[in-house]
Amino acid sequence: MGSTSDVGRRDLIKRSAALGLISVPAMSALSACASGGDDEAKKVDKGKKSAKNPLAVNESAALDVVIFDGGFGQQYAKDAEAEYAAAFPKTKGKVKHAATQKIQTVLQPRFNGGTPPDLVDNSGAEQMDMGTLVGKNQLTDLTPLLDAPSLDDPSKTVRETLRPGVVEMGQFDGKPVWILYYAYTVYGVWYSKSNLAKLDVEYPETWDDMLKVCEAAKKKGIAGWTYPGKFPYYLPFSLYPFIAKIGGRDVLDSIDNLEPNAWKHPAVKAAFEAYYELYKKGYILKGTPGLSHIESQTAWNQGKALFIPNGSWVENEAKKTTPKDFQMAVAAPSSLDKSDKLPFGTLWASGGEPFIVPKAAKNPQGGMELLRIMLGEKSTKNFVKQVSSLSSLNGGTEGLSLPSGLASAQEALTKAGKNVVNPRLQDWYVTLQKQQIGVGALGEMMAGRMTPAETIKKCQKFADETAKDDAVKKYKHV
Amino acid sequence: MQHGKYRFIAGFLALPVILYAVFVISPFVQAIYYSFTDWTGLSSDFKMVGFKNYNWLLHDDLFWKAVGHNVVLLLVVPLVTLGLGLFFAFMLNVGGRGRKNSAISGVRGSSLYKVIYFFPQVLSIAIVALLFQFTYNPRNGAINAFLGGIGLESFQQQWLADPKLALWCLMAVMVWSNVGFYVVLFSAGMSSIPKDFYEAALLDGANRIKTFFKITLPLLWDTVQTGWIYMGIIALDAFAVVQIMTVGPGGPADSTQVMGYYVYTKTFHDGQAGRATTIGVAMLIVTLIFAVIVTRLGRRERLEY
Repeated sequence: MGSTSDVGRRDLIKRSAALGLISVPAMSALSACASGGDDEAKKVDKGKKSAKNPLAVNESAALDVVIFDGGFGQQYAKDAEAEYAAAFPKTKGKVKHAATQKIQTVLQPRFNGGTPPDLVDNSGAEQMDMGTLVGKNQLTDLTPLLDAPSLDDPSKTVRETLRPGVVEMGQFDGKPVWILYYAYTVYGVWYSKSNLAKLDVEYPETWDDMLKVCEAAKKKGIAGWTYPGKFPYYLPFSLYPFIAKIGGRDVLDSIDNLEPNAWKHPAVKAAFEAYYELYKKGYILKGTPGLSHIESQTAWNQGKALFIPNGSWVENEAKKTTPKDFQMAVAAPSSLDKSDKLPFGTLWASGGEPFIVPKAAKNPQGGMELLRIMLGEKSTKNFVKQVSSLSSLNGGTEGLSLPSGLASAQEALTKAGKNVVNPRLQDWYVTLQKQQIGVGALGEMMAGRMTPAETIKKCQKFADETAKDDAVKKYKHV
Repeated sequence: MQHGKYRFIAGFLALPVILYAVFVISPFVQAIYYSFTDWTGLSSDFKMVGFKNYNWLLHDDLFWKAVGHNVVLLLVVPLVTLGLGLFFAFMLNVGGRGRKNSAISGVRGSSLYKVIYFFPQVLSIAIVALLFQFTYNPRNGAINAFLGGIGLESFQQQWLADPKLALWCLMAVMVWSNVGFYVVLFSAGMSSIPKDFYEAALLDGANRIKTFFKITLPLLWDTVQTGWIYMGIIALDAFAVVQIMTVGPGGPADSTQVMGYYVYTKTFHDGQAGRATTIGVAMLIVTLIFAVIVTRLGRRERLEY
């Protein structure tokens, strides 16, 4: 036999372990530079600036696009990319399109390694934290795009063609614009006109009427409300504008600013108590706390519940389960009583589908140019038709026959006029809004496990913790 | 033949040691290193912050909640899984009585049971979690439908949406999906125990319970101990079931938050990779403590046969 028997297995193991220990310090020296990717990755050369090419796109450079494959799908982006390839024929075959639902898991390593794509639709449950991206200087300032002439009318800049509030939403503390929200989302109480008609009622404009409608529905074995219990952060879509309506815009602003005792405002309490009453009177669809967004939307489509807090993407997302005569519509939250600060119609509407151009992108001009094409009338109309949502381009719906949900969204928007609110908790402090206030507080309250008073305390505690946490970058309304 | 012995050994060891160092040790070292930084995970610039992350961790309620859940998982899941595994394996191998040719045999139909028990093992945990997510659905899930069907409406629950039940629902799934493997593992262990032992016990008039505790369990101890460590590691992870099945995810009121999932949310939702690695280091420590305790507790005289 060989000689290893003299050493003995035990010795052998001991020695190899020692060898392993020696190698540890050596490896640590190596690992110190493992994440230190080169931020200044090679950028492509700029192209020639011209009337047709105001952003000076390199006409033959590759373009790398990643789209969130959610409620809106990805076809609208593919179509716009085809337009891009048509405008710059030399890029044919070099426009790389990818779509995923897991934006962060897919893109975080690329950001970290310094090789991000040129344009990203940073959306969905797994969107990357915008505050961190901006705070760590990872994004390209989109001001050149906004100041460039628009695609259809060279006398107007892109900035001038956008819906109000879109540009501001892309700013964090100051001038540069880091994000361009492509969709324009109307949030609120979604319902079916035909299902309400079956009960012989109209959309209730006051809370008393709301309770009456729910009672009438309950007698027929139908629930008043449902919501995605697995993701209770849908509740704010109608609850936050309700708070603003009761107590004025300032209440929401101070909540966004993480001011001490912001949640203890009487308007918050009044709104919470009103919603809690829905639970107490048994107007919430049985089993709702365990439903996902799709499951709750489906139950709503089947007429098992009348109302659902949601955003305008629901029309496209629920397309497969929506009956033909459903007549989907959205309404602003009902009035609580006569002392409400803002009139009925007060609504949450804001940009959706945040598009970003990473700072380390190889072809940032290309990314911006694709956005410029998407904000043109042709792509916008295509988007509106395909996914029944408004885009950030003001207009672009002329001559289209809008599906019922979208038509009502536009109506609601017109009715709201200036009374459009835009709570920022949702993009400034994602974890606070979704996991803590959404799941930890509102979800518990609507499942009947916490009273409104306890919920307010909890919300305030979460907000205070975030305010104190120096790992979270803070933003303020100006 | 002693000449060049060490060079010979080193030659054989070099490659595996290098591979091990690169793929096993270096990530550990990196994680420990990052736990002292304020790295976001979104960009490659970060600075050292000393023990700040550890200080945060010690005062973070959610972390301690997650640790608490992991400890519950650690105590309950291996105990139930291995207990059931042992019971089933015993029944399949020596539980049967009074059949013609052999004194020792399993219960009737044991070969069929073996296949049935092992079945969950061939499903990926993702599929299992998804299946049970539907089963637990409070509106049209199988469990509530069954309870309603037999007239027990009052026992219908919100299951995963109830903070009191959510963790137990997860544990049931983890046990369900792992028990089959241990039935097979213990069966293999039992079949290597000489039949004479059982026959002698039978002649002495021992019943099944006595046979199990006096013969089977002591002779199977090494296997059980290994199983305990494996199950413990599965219980310390529990990431997939939490991620796929639970509300939030992480459970209503963080009732199913576990360390593994907390690492994930800190990295991929909050952009706080530095803190996430700190939790990772804490997990490493908990796992090491667990392994030490189990190996210490389980130390016994080895029986030769």
